[in-house]
Amino acid sequence: MKKGYDIVIIGGGIIGCSIAFELSKRGVKDILLVEKRFLTAGATGRCGAGIRQQWGAELNASIALESTHILEHLEEYTGYDHSIELHQGGYLLVAYTDKEWAQFQKNLEVQHKLGIESVGLTPRECLDIVPYLNLDGVVGGTFCQKDGHANPFHSTQAYAKGAMRQGVDIETFCEVTGFRTSNRAITAVETTKGIVETKMVINCANTRAPELAAMVGDDIPVYSERHQALVTEPVEPLIDCMVMSFSRSYYVQQTPHGSFVMGIGPKEEPSHNFHSSWQFLEQNCAIMCEALPILRKLNVVRQWAGQYDMSPDRHPVIDEADTCKNFYSVCGFSGHGFMVAPRIAILMANYLTGQKDSIDITKSAKKDLRPGISLSNLLLYNCI
Amino acid sequence: MSKQETLLCRCEDITREQIRACIAEGYQTIDEIKRITRAGMGPCQGRTCRMLIAQEISACLNIPIEEVLMPAFRPPVKPLSMGILADAYEEKEAEQ
Repeated sequence: MKKGYDIVIIGGGIIGCSIAFELSKRGVKDILLVEKRFLTAGATGRCGAGIRQQWGAELNASIALESTHILEHLEEYTGYDHSIELHQGGYLLVAYTDKEWAQFQKNLEVQHKLGIESVGLTPRECLDIVPYLNLDGVVGGTFCQKDGHANPFHSTQAYAKGAMRQGVDIETFCEVTGFRTSNRAITAVETTKGIVETKMVINCANTRAPELAAMVGDDIPVYSERHQALVTEPVEPLIDCMVMSFSRSYYVQQTPHGSFVMGIGPKEEPSHNFHSSWQFLEQNCAIMCEALPILRKLNVVRQWAGQYDMSPDRHPVIDEADTCKNFYSVCGFSGHGFMVAPRIAILMANYLTGQKDSIDITKSAKKDLRPGISLSNLLLYNCI
Repeated sequence: MSKQETLLCRCEDITREQIRACIAEGYQTIDEIKRITRAGMGPCQGRTCRMLIAQEISACLNIPIEEVLMPAFRPPVKPLSMGILADAYEEKEAEQ
């Protein structure tokens, strides 16, 4: 770690590492990435690992689609010597209500416009894809073969190692404790390992991003919500795709390793609670075993908790603080950061280096999207 | 038996050589090695390998073993079937 850098990125998750990689790829090499613990210690390392293009909003779907294209060859793209274990077994989205089914029809139109190869399925056709699905209450489903999942640890390492090879310094176990400013512009970052002078900060600290932004007087309406997941023992291949429901709020996938990773999404009060609960264990198993009774036989080996950085409209916040020039926050991914990180990083790097991008983030600046929420210098808000 | 065949994580078949290669690559904690190799992610949840990996980190990085960061101990204590857990939830609902 040197005394000063052009840019300091805060956060060693997929967002921070991918932005470091894309910036250094564009020739901006004097970058320090600081991480409080180790890479993927936060939300990235705890996420459900899904990659989904089946979105309802056009921009959201296109960012996910372009991100998938990068993940398809991330090893070559970053020069990584392991596999990121991308498996495109598809996502089966199950509709349990007529309202949900009607929404899926609209989503399919949006997806088809972008060239996303998703299809609508009758309950019986859902069985062709997942023979173990309990059809009770199923109205229909949609499926996209190009959806899937990847290993978040290796994906982040791929970006981090690529960035380091391009000249980025990464300092782990280094916590940011404050900022120094002059004339409403960032001049230095205070860390537990000393003061680092810098011209720009990119705050990618996920659920901790609002606290950091508050240190320079910026108000970001993002809060932290606990979500839990569990994993089973590995078994022979049973289900090739991710199975997911919005109305019953579950997702489950079998990893290439053979274990099943799954979670449910009960809404909780904002907290930074990283503890697991037995209530989740029982409720999750009850919901999952009803949807896929074959899972009853599987043994749970581990459960864990992580945090979603929830924004009010569940869309990411890319924001330069109006109280502090060159202090950017990239957060509020609301549980979808992993699958959109590759394209968001390109968007951010293009913006900061003054290059053209097919997505104009300044255009999306809407300050008064919701009553009671005012955002400063909003660049990208209603994007995804 | 050669050194290369010494298994540290018996659940996931991770050898001492693989662990040492990880440390040489720059991974400094049991948590990082777990995420990269799956060591400690099997049915025993690291009960066997956790301290063995701590010893390797301590020896390779020349730090006292008590300073090696321990990963979180996560439930359940032993593997439980999803069916048993699902039924427990239904019983609780019925009582209410």
